[in-house]
Amino acid sequence: MSWWNKLAIRILLAALTIAAGGFLSTTLARYAPGFGSDERQLDSRFNQESREAFRLESVAERDVTTYYVKALRRMVHGDFGWSRTLRRPVRELLAERGAVTLHLVSAGLILAWTAAILLVVATWLAGSGVIDIVCATGSGLLLCLPAGGLALLLVVLDGPAYLALALVVLPKTYQYLSGLVQSTAQMPHITTARSKGASASRTLAWHVVPLIRREILALAGATVGMAVGAAIPVEALSGTPGIGQLAWQSTLGRDVPVLTSVSMLVIACTVLGNTGADLLADEPRGTS
Amino acid sequence: MKTLRRIALAVVSTIAILSIVGSALPGFDYTQQDRLHISAGPSTDHWLGTDAVGRDRLGRILHGTRLSLTLAPAAAGLSLLLAFLFGAAPGFVGGYSERAAKTVIDLMLSIPWLFLLLMVRCLLPLNTSPIVSAMITFLMLGLLGWGVPARILMARSRALRESEFVLQARAMGVSRRRLLSVHVAPNLCPVLMAQFWIALPVFILAEANLSLLGLGVAEPLPSLGSLLREMEGVLSIRGDLCCFAALAVSLLVVGSLQVAFHHNEVN
Repeated sequence: MSWWNKLAIRILLAALTIAAGGFLSTTLARYAPGFGSDERQLDSRFNQESREAFRLESVAERDVTTYYVKALRRMVHGDFGWSRTLRRPVRELLAERGAVTLHLVSAGLILAWTAAILLVVATWLAGSGVIDIVCATGSGLLLCLPAGGLALLLVVLDGPAYLALALVVLPKTYQYLSGLVQSTAQMPHITTARSKGASASRTLAWHVVPLIRREILALAGATVGMAVGAAIPVEALSGTPGIGQLAWQSTLGRDVPVLTSVSMLVIACTVLGNTGADLLADEPRGTS
Repeated sequence: MKTLRRIALAVVSTIAILSIVGSALPGFDYTQQDRLHISAGPSTDHWLGTDAVGRDRLGRILHGTRLSLTLAPAAAGLSLLLAFLFGAAPGFVGGYSERAAKTVIDLMLSIPWLFLLLMVRCLLPLNTSPIVSAMITFLMLGLLGWGVPARILMARSRALRESEFVLQARAMGVSRRRLLSVHVAPNLCPVLMAQFWIALPVFILAEANLSLLGLGVAEPLPSLGSLLREMEGVLSIRGDLCCFAALAVSLLVVGSLQVAFHHNEVN
């Protein structure tokens, strides 16, 4: 199969996954125990007629397929619905906050990856078990803290929010990269290269990295989803006005249209991140 | 590694015993309020002090740990059951069912389930009781967290399907159902155990994250996450008291991960 066919299949699969993910989130929302209960129905300032209208609104959303198809059709035309709690079109909210989250996630990912690569390279070049143990213990401890806990700690210490995000991604990235490098280092040709006098840096750059390139790209794709997921507690607790904070606010306000759109957007980001990484790892012959 | 595993098991067991026994003692009721000692420091009556409404912190930490240690294993068990059904069984059967299951697993893996969890959590009825909210939170974790173990189980059962002893059993006329239950399932047990110990800290951390956002276990029921949330207000004043919940989470996670890594090495 040619690379272009693979590309087309991957794009099609990505689109199907996004649509299926959206359907799954809508179905979950529909079958959640409190679906259809609107606190406006308990608000005594609204008269009977208004409360009946609110009830009918939720009844109209009971058929999942119809509701999802309608929502999808609206989304294709750029209409993401109306936020009941923030009283603004969801599209505007996503555009505004998307930029903030993009900045936060990018900064966090860049910092985490830079730190992880530097630590792995330092451990490799030093060849000392002590650095490895220190790094493994540090990453193990970071792995034990919830993302929200890290965000809270940085709020107390006046640290930037992207640092919390980087600290969430760093331990997993470091542990995986370190494991990959260590397992590759045990391969016979690497041992031969070292025994013939190739320097540690040359062995890493010319013999180890090309072998694990695909795995690194796959990990890069996976860390996008990880960072986007961690953005909810980090943004909510650090007061960063991004998509994560929007998701949290709409959850507290039971704002389903916003949550559905945010879920679709996040699923799209994660799927596209993974697909992009897969495509880069599967690049056409002659380009590498 | 064996020593590390023993230490980890000892840590997890000690925490579990302390939380179960301690929370059953009369002085550690998580709802009891001492209105004369609001936000008090450690004393003989309250070893770790009291919170903003006069509730004993130690009692709440013990009850919160017990809750996590009761519901997180249940959620991990549920996710492993689903992983077995959607991963191990199709992986062993092969063909179209394997391909279909792989697509579903890929879908589950590409969805950031914290968002789905938020969505379900936001739609809980307003009058949901704290214990029901806790159970639903962990139930959702179990229902959404089976993607990774399913993929691992699928790979393992596929390898077993192609193994010589299974081929021989098949050649001898052993039915597929018997093969799965008698020959394959016991061989999957070490992988299942490892995945169980990996899922446990993941679910504890997920609950902690949700509770930190005020969307996990509802008050007055304590959970490790809601106790960590209290750090926000008091960390700068009396961080030593509030770090106990963080310590409990960390110890549980470290313990579980060590056990899991040991299982992975065995496999």
